[in-house]
This record gives sequence, structure tokens and C-alpha cells, in this order.
Amino acid sequence: MPGKKLNISLEARDLTIGYQLNRIKTVIGERLNFQLFPGTLTALVGANGVGKSTLIRTLTTMQKPLSGTVSIMNQYIQTLSPLNLARLVSIVLTETPASKNLSVLELVSLGRQPYTNWNGTLSEKDKQAVSFAFKITEIESLASKKCYELSDGQMQRVTIARALAQDTPVIILDEPTTHLDIYHRAYILKLLQKLANEYDKTILFSTHEIDLAIQLSDSILLMTENEYFFDSPETLIQQGHFNKLFPADTILFDKDSRRFFIK
Amino acid sequence: MLRSSKYHFHFILLGISLLVAFVLNLSLGSVSIPFIQVLKAFFGSGAEKESWNYILLNYRLPKSVTAIVSGAGLSISGLMMQTLFRNPLAGPYVLGISSGAGLGVAIVILGAGTVGGLLGIWLSSPWSLVLASGMGSFLVLLAVMAVSYKVKDTMAILIIGLMFGTFSTAVVSVLSYFSDAEQLQQYVFWSFGSLGNLSWNQVGILTLCFFIGLILCIATGKSLNTLLLGENYARSMGLHIKKTTVMIILSTSILAGVVTAFAGPIAFIGLAVPHLVRQVFHTSDHFVLIPAVLITGSLLMLLCDTVAQMPFSTYTLPINAITSIVGAPVVIWLLVRKKKLFF
Repeated sequence: MPGKKLNISLEARDLTIGYQLNRIKTVIGERLNFQLFPGTLTALVGANGVGKSTLIRTLTTMQKPLSGTVSIMNQYIQTLSPLNLARLVSIVLTETPASKNLSVLELVSLGRQPYTNWNGTLSEKDKQAVSFAFKITEIESLASKKCYELSDGQMQRVTIARALAQDTPVIILDEPTTHLDIYHRAYILKLLQKLANEYDKTILFSTHEIDLAIQLSDSILLMTENEYFFDSPETLIQQGHFNKLFPADTILFDKDSRRFFIK
Repeated sequence: MLRSSKYHFHFILLGISLLVAFVLNLSLGSVSIPFIQVLKAFFGSGAEKESWNYILLNYRLPKSVTAIVSGAGLSISGLMMQTLFRNPLAGPYVLGISSGAGLGVAIVILGAGTVGGLLGIWLSSPWSLVLASGMGSFLVLLAVMAVSYKVKDTMAILIIGLMFGTFSTAVVSVLSYFSDAEQLQQYVFWSFGSLGNLSWNQVGILTLCFFIGLILCIATGKSLNTLLLGENYARSMGLHIKKTTVMIILSTSILAGVVTAFAGPIAFIGLAVPHLVRQVFHTSDHFVLIPAVLITGSLLMLLCDTVAQMPFSTYTLPINAITSIVGAPVVIWLLVRKKKLFF
């Protein structure tokens, strides 16, 4: 994809992530450098507790980086106003919306909040964005349902639709496939791939579905406790980095079948 | 949020009910006044008897207006708290705001005798009552908010509200131990809640404060809608969480504080009305919920007050008792019917 590399949509530079509590710094990931481009789907993989969520929280300004910078569409996220940031990046979190009483239509149209006037009235353009989100996630039939009536798989599609309605060049998702059956996991990841490749979105998602991620993503950010690797799935496989994810005495990655095996 | 216009009929019906309840509330009371005389007093040349005129214009009308404003104020503040704390059980009474106001009032009424002198006289004026009650509710709400910044669990916030309530009650009982019977009686009467003791002047202050709170509430309407998704999503959609929280707290403590100051602690209206409205209006849009909750709250308060007046008898029941008798079963019924309360 030589042409696409011209414009970077998300860039981390010397990014050190972690927590700071009462002057005690807990560094989780050090000096991360990576660049994401429009039209690419990137998976963030790693074992439990290596800092996937911390990285996602840092990229979405839910927590501050210990050092280094993150820029989205060439603007530093720490200096952007919340409203301007909201027009550049949308998120899908593991938490479901707080109010289960929202209808699907209400929830998805809330994604237009960064664009609407003081009382949130939807303009023609807003309505178009909402119906596009409904169409692409195939949830038209759910429009009048309340959130508490939805299954996990439906809920996940609805939350992605909300992010789509926000109409941002970058979408970041935190473990969008947890609690889903294999069909819905594949469905969600194929949807993300379609959004990236056909609609030119930059998509970063964290996941434990490494097999699926290898098949579908354009690049993978692989985090282990001490190092990280960022490359295409192919290169990471050839260099044997997937074996660094888990203790080798229990689980191994097989290059040929591209799958993990229990030893 | 997508706005639907399918609730016109609901609003017309609610409006008519409110009007009927208002007229009913005006025409019923301990003194029986013929309905035609009630109409004459307001629209015609005045009622037959001068005493009827006086009762209608200087007792029943201010009482009805107080009922409307306090019902609306408490319900709106309940709605905002449920959204802010993302907890269906939040309300001015549950979160200890009424207890805070009560503590403020207790300090003023029960403390007035203890200090004596000029300070004592100033403390016993009605203005200091309003100020103390408003301050009390504002401080408790700030404290609850401060704790909720540290503690993310919404259940914990309710428990903290409960603790503030218990703490206030304890301080009040200590104060009442040291105060004389007359002051104690005054406090107990305040704590029963009463809509009928307000002069037109006080009704004016109450209404003015209500409108300030209401304007703040409407100004945060869009933010309240965004907050329905939770804090993290709301922030990702460009919401200034801190600014919004301060606005909502200011609005709720003005609304709940001023009503509690003038009418005493009134339970359940703030908690129950938003849930009742959600049963009928199938939307989470605050721009629909706010007016609906406003009218329903006023309506319910007028009806409770009509019952409390015990028409045709000289007795008046404490309004707080009536709202609890009506409100508690409503909340239980909602819980049993829906298995879970949503907000």
C-alpha cells in the first residue's frame, strides 16, 4: 500500500504508558512507536495484563501517557479540545452503555452529539450518518428495541454502529469480540475489515482472537511484557514473534497452520 | 438524539389532568366553598363571603402554586440525579440531600435558642431557614459528588448518601436533646413537610429559584442525554465531564434545596416520578422527559396535597406522610413488574 503511507492517521511517538499513583510510577509499556494509516485494520494482541487496555485508554485520552505523544490526523490528542477530538476518533469499549433503557435508534443517534446543536436535533446530514451506520452493521430491524432486550452479539453491533454514526476517520475498539460466539466474532472482525478496506477508516482493536486477527488484519501490534512488535501478520509469523506471547512450555505457535497448539 | 413528535397526545392529556387537579386542589379544603364561588373569586367579582375570598387568594392559591413548583422541582432534580449518578435509585431524598437540608434547618431552629441574643433573632427569621437548608443540601450533594469521584461504584454512592442521612439524623437528635419543647415542635412540624404556610413573598422566591434551576437543567439537556452512555463514552463524544457535573449539581441542589427549605423534606416524589414517566414515555431523551416529569411531578403533588388536606374536615395530614404512602408502593410495584429499574 505505497500510496496510503502518505498520510498517517494515528501515530505514537516514544509513548510510555502506565499509571502514576502518589509519585510512584508503574510503567507498563515503554517507548512505543508506531504509525497507523487510513484503510488499515490493526489488531492489538498480547497476554492478559501486558497493557493492551492501558494502551487503548491512553490512545483515547482516558488516561495520560507517562511520556511521549500520540497524534491523530497530525494533531496531538492532549492539546485537542474534547469536541475536536470527538470528531477524529470514536471508541467502542468493553462496557455497555450505562442506560439500558435507551432504544437502539436513540443510542446510535447519540453518536451524532459532537455535531448537533444545543438541544441535539438531528440535521439531514446527521440522519444520513445514522442510517449509514444502521445499514452497514445490519441492525435496521433492531431500531425500536431497548438495549436490555439485546443479545451480546446484537449489542456489540449496535455499539459499533454508534461509533460509526460519530463518523470519525479513526475508530478504536477494546476487545470487541469478548462474550461472542465464533460466528459473531468472525462477523464483527469481517465488519471491521470491510470498514477499513472499503470505507478508508483507520481501525485499531485489541483482541484475544489471534488466529482470526492473523487472517483479517493488515498489521498487528504485538505486546509482551518487555517488548513490542509492529508489523504485518506475515512478517511477525516468519520472525516467530507469536511464540513470545505465551510461556513456551504450555502453548506454542505453529507457523504452517498459523495456529496455537497446547503442548 | 432522534426526537419523535408522537408524544403530543400524552402532553395534552397531562396538561388537562394538571388543570383539573389544580382546580380540584383549589376548590377542596377544610372550609367547604361552593365551586361556583371559587370561580367567582378568581374570574368574577369575588366570592359571596369576604372570608372565602381571603382563603382562596391568600391560602389555597399560594398552597397550590407551592405544590406545583415543589412537585416539579423535586421530580426534575430526581431525574437529573438518576442520570448523573447513572443509578435508578438516586433522588433528592435517597442521596441525603433532604437530610442535609434538614440538618441545616435543625441548626437554625434548634440552635437559635442556644445562642440567644441578636444572632438568635436573626437565626429564627424565615430567610435564614432557606439559606441554611439550601446550604445543607448543597454541601451534602458536593460531598456525595466528591466521594463519587473517588469511588466509581454507584452502589457505594447510595450507601454514602444513606450514611450522610444517618449522620444528620444523629446530629439533629443531639441538638433536639438540648433544645426546649417549643423549638423542637417547630422543627418537627418543618420535618413533616407543609405546603400551606408560605406567604406570597415566599412563593415568589420559591418560583424564582425554581426557574433558575429549570433553566440550568434545560441548558444541560444535551449533556444529560450524552451521559446516558456512561462517562467514558460521553467524554469520547466531546463532553466536558467536570463542567457538566458542576452544572447538574448546581441545578439539582437549587431545585431540591429551595423546595426542602420552604416545604420541608418531601419523600419519594423525586424518586418515583421519573420512573412513572418512563413507564408512559418510551424514550430516554431528556428534552421529552424534562417537561413530562415537570408536569407529572406537579400533578402528583397537587393530588397528594388534596388528600393531605382531608377535604371537609379540619384536619391536615403531613404532606411527607402522604407522598411516602403513595410513593413507596409505586416504587415497589415498578420493581416487581419490571424485575429491574432502568433509568
